[in-house]
Amino acid sequence: MCIAVPAEVIEVYEEEAFVNFGGVKTKVNTCLLDNLNIGDYVLIHVGCAIQKIDKKEAEHTLKLFEGILKD
Amino acid sequence: MRYIKEFRNPKLAKKMLYSISDKLERDISIMEVCGTHTMSILKNGIRDLLPRNINLISGPGCPVCVTAQSYIDTAIELCKRDDVIITTFGDMIKVPGTYSSLKIEKALGRDIRLVMSPLDCHEIAKQNPKKEVVFLGIGFETTAPIIALSIYKAKNENINNFSVLQSIKTMPNAIKKIVIDKQVNIDGFLCPGHVSAIVGVKPFEFLAKEYGLPAVIAGFEYCDIISAIYFLVEMINREKYEVKNIYNRIVKYEGNKKAVSIIDEVFTNSDSIWRGLGNIKNTGVELKEKYKIYDAKSKLNIKTVHNDIHKDCLCGQILKGIKKPTQCKLFSKVCNPSNPIGACMISQEGTCNAYYNYGIR
Ligand code: SF4
Repeated sequence: MCIAVPAEVIEVYEEEAFVNFGGVKTKVNTCLLDNLNIGDYVLIHVGCAIQKIDKKEAEHTLKLFEGILKD
Repeated sequence: MRYIKEFRNPKLAKKMLYSISDKLERDISIMEVCGTHTMSILKNGIRDLLPRNINLISGPGCPVCVTAQSYIDTAIELCKRDDVIITTFGDMIKVPGTYSSLKIEKALGRDIRLVMSPLDCHEIAKQNPKKEVVFLGIGFETTAPIIALSIYKAKNENINNFSVLQSIKTMPNAIKKIVIDKQVNIDGFLCPGHVSAIVGVKPFEFLAKEYGLPAVIAGFEYCDIISAIYFLVEMINREKYEVKNIYNRIVKYEGNKKAVSIIDEVFTNSDSIWRGLGNIKNTGVELKEKYKIYDAKSKLNIKTVHNDIHKDCLCGQILKGIKKPTQCKLFSKVCNPSNPIGACMISQEGTCNAYYNYGIR
């Protein structure tokens, strides 16, 4: 039940944002995050953005995987 | 980068799986604590792809499954009141109470509404001023801040006909209880990614520090999970134990501070009853005095009766990996997904349910 999915932020308001949720524009609460910008990716769980997705770290993990591939 | 398909790479998965079977020196058991990991493992057939000597055990990480039967009974009693609207996540309605389920009660015409988010209840409360809107607040640390937020906002907006029947559970001490059980033999943990997104890495560090067990915090795509097993095997072989975070794109060392602070604003720690595992110290929350008027239990003066689960149900041992569903004499006969007896059969995330649906032996 702790399922949460990534979505791209397309409009930002004070306590809410619209995200692109698999092609559907959906409103989510953003009270748990600071400094949200259009184009950020966030993780959505039960109607709320619970964390920003860190692009640099994602790339870092993919590099780590590639390292295993070369091993 | 969309953060999904990048982490689904068959070539990489294959390479890691080969490498795991090359590296493995003995039989090992790994517990995936989170039900969403269990689902992904099953969906992607990871169990069958792993070498035979890796035993994956599904832990108590499905909040619906571990919700006490007495809680369901209370919700069922509540929904019979004309002045109450029950709001809940969809997964809850199938869960059996002692004599009924919310699904049956809904079919009988009780006002039970499925919501996507606890925050949706405010609108329902505003539209039904003469009724008490009671949200069934279950979940782990992932869901806790959002339930806390719904209570905090209700107070700020002066919504007085909303309350939460909560049975939120917290993970670390439940894992600890499993680890210290003498009958349990687990070599490593796959830690819950989205619980960690909120609480961070620290609450799981005791595994390595106090018990010398390796753990990996991982995401939910198949490369995330297989690589987590790869790193667990590597740590086991090298006898170097730590809590490794390979879900850094989501999980920060300190978690989400804002989410933690809203949890701390509304809730304080308490004990909690886990279906199948019993009462565990410090694995639940209760509302702080200042928010007590949003606690359905005290507001509506509810007394809960505790009912024992079926005497032959082995859920408690299954959740700890001591027994397998096929060792339960009720399995697939009396107990099946349309008539679940215990926690492990209830939701798709449960071990007995998976054994039944995927024919695992
Ligand atoms: S098969 Fe049913 S009764 Fe047996 S352990 Fe699983 S959930 Fe409990």
